[in-house]
Amino acid sequence: MGPAVDFIGLQNFKRIFTDQVFMKAIGNALLIIVLSLGVQLPMAMALAIMIGQKIRGRAFYRTVFFMPYVLSEVITGIMWLILYNPEPKRGFINAVLEFIPGLKPQAWLGDTRLVLLAIFVVLTWKYIGFHMLLYITGLQNIPRDIEEAALIDGVNKRQMLTNITLPLLLGTIRTSVYLSVLGSLQIFALVWLMTKGGPVNASEVLSTYMYRYSFVRFELGYGSAVAIIMLIISLTFSIIYRYLTRKTEYVA
Amino acid sequence: MLNDSSKKRMKFKEYILVIFKYIFLTLVAILILTPIVIIAFGALKTRGEFVTNPYIPPIPPNLGNIIRILKMPIFWYMIRNSLVIMVSTTVGVVIVASLAAFVFSRVRIRGKNILFNFFTLGLMFPVTIAILPIFLMVRQVGLTNNLIGVILVQTAFQLSISIVILRNFFMDIPSELQDAASIDGCNTFGFLWRILMPLARPSLAAVAALAVVTSWNDLVIPLVLIDKEKLWTLPLGTMQFQGQYGMDYSLISAFLLLSAIPAIIFYLFAERQLVSGLTAGAIKG
Repeated sequence: MGPAVDFIGLQNFKRIFTDQVFMKAIGNALLIIVLSLGVQLPMAMALAIMIGQKIRGRAFYRTVFFMPYVLSEVITGIMWLILYNPEPKRGFINAVLEFIPGLKPQAWLGDTRLVLLAIFVVLTWKYIGFHMLLYITGLQNIPRDIEEAALIDGVNKRQMLTNITLPLLLGTIRTSVYLSVLGSLQIFALVWLMTKGGPVNASEVLSTYMYRYSFVRFELGYGSAVAIIMLIISLTFSIIYRYLTRKTEYVA
Repeated sequence: MLNDSSKKRMKFKEYILVIFKYIFLTLVAILILTPIVIIAFGALKTRGEFVTNPYIPPIPPNLGNIIRILKMPIFWYMIRNSLVIMVSTTVGVVIVASLAAFVFSRVRIRGKNILFNFFTLGLMFPVTIAILPIFLMVRQVGLTNNLIGVILVQTAFQLSISIVILRNFFMDIPSELQDAASIDGCNTFGFLWRILMPLARPSLAAVAALAVVTSWNDLVIPLVLIDKEKLWTLPLGTMQFQGQYGMDYSLISAFLLLSAIPAIIFYLFAERQLVSGLTAGAIKG
């Protein structure tokens, strides 16, 4: 890389914001964030509450739920590529669907309407255990005497959850949301392996878009501009989020 | 007061609830394990068996695919490269992060907090975003197609989280300990080496476990820095292998199984360290 020659000002940025595919990638990232926060995190919290209590076999469940997290995104992506095969004879998911009356096999990764949902299922499979762990730790950090005091005051289970546990878990929820959003903004390997952002850009995310321009088409200038926008999005989110939530921290 | 029959009813209700909880948790466990099990089944079948009966347990198991992969020299190159990178990265991260965390927690220097905040900036943006400038920089110093390039970048990106974890741990150690050590004639470095490091062993293990998993699973950095086949890491090679044998699902499943086994074994042995590293890093960060 030499000094900047052929300086073209903000041309690249202008091009980015007029590119339909980039806008699609932003939209997909937002959709993944909404699904993660609305579906994945509540599920993770429910699991944590269930196995956070003293039940037999909790170590087993915890180990199993967290296991997908330690598999690489490459292994995960190829595994699900096989499982999602449109042919029921080859793809397990469709074999199961074929078995259930009323449901039909689908081309999960080949259908523009289904592909993002299919990817979200994989993301949930892989990352739910991580968020569950965060919530388990958060639950363990709640001082026992607060719960005991509440019990003496006669609160029932539901009140305990909404008035005691959830408020005290706020710090953990904050962390989990933060990591989930940042994670959603940077998804790369899974999508690249399963769909390369396709079909027809239906599963394009920011990093696959950036990677394609930088390393497949080798338009380094344009790729850098995309990377800068990703950086600005991540940093802006981090700073604003930290600023907004700085006071809600619960000090144990 | 509750009478006997309503007490019994309560107990019965709770009993039912517990059973439902177990059923639900077991269902989730099955959902999570099924994909792994199906792939493992496929790995132990011949290509023909895979086509005719893809989902039944492979009895008797066919080890043909596994043996075929174990005989490929490229597979052993991948294992070796991944191991070299993982071990070097982990050692580098532990050494540099503990020295940095020591300074940030124990040594008085001007502008320490600004520097520390600068270090934690790394937590705010992931490696994927920075991958293009990284590629250009590493290419400029001539370390593409070189394991050292991968090791340096991986180490750099693992430092933020590791420093945060270790600094928090070091801060919790009372300063009286340092005073006592210095009265006994221990200098600053001796305090770090003889007193802090042994005390910090659980945190060091957590940091190391985190580095091991992150390095072992990393695709993006080797993907852009390496294209020589002999230098492929396991994730990079797995991806290329999938491209090459795309339709032979039983062979690919065998490859996935072989590359998943080390990760799963490591996880089963180091679960506690890994979990404490992840949660400490997330919650304190």
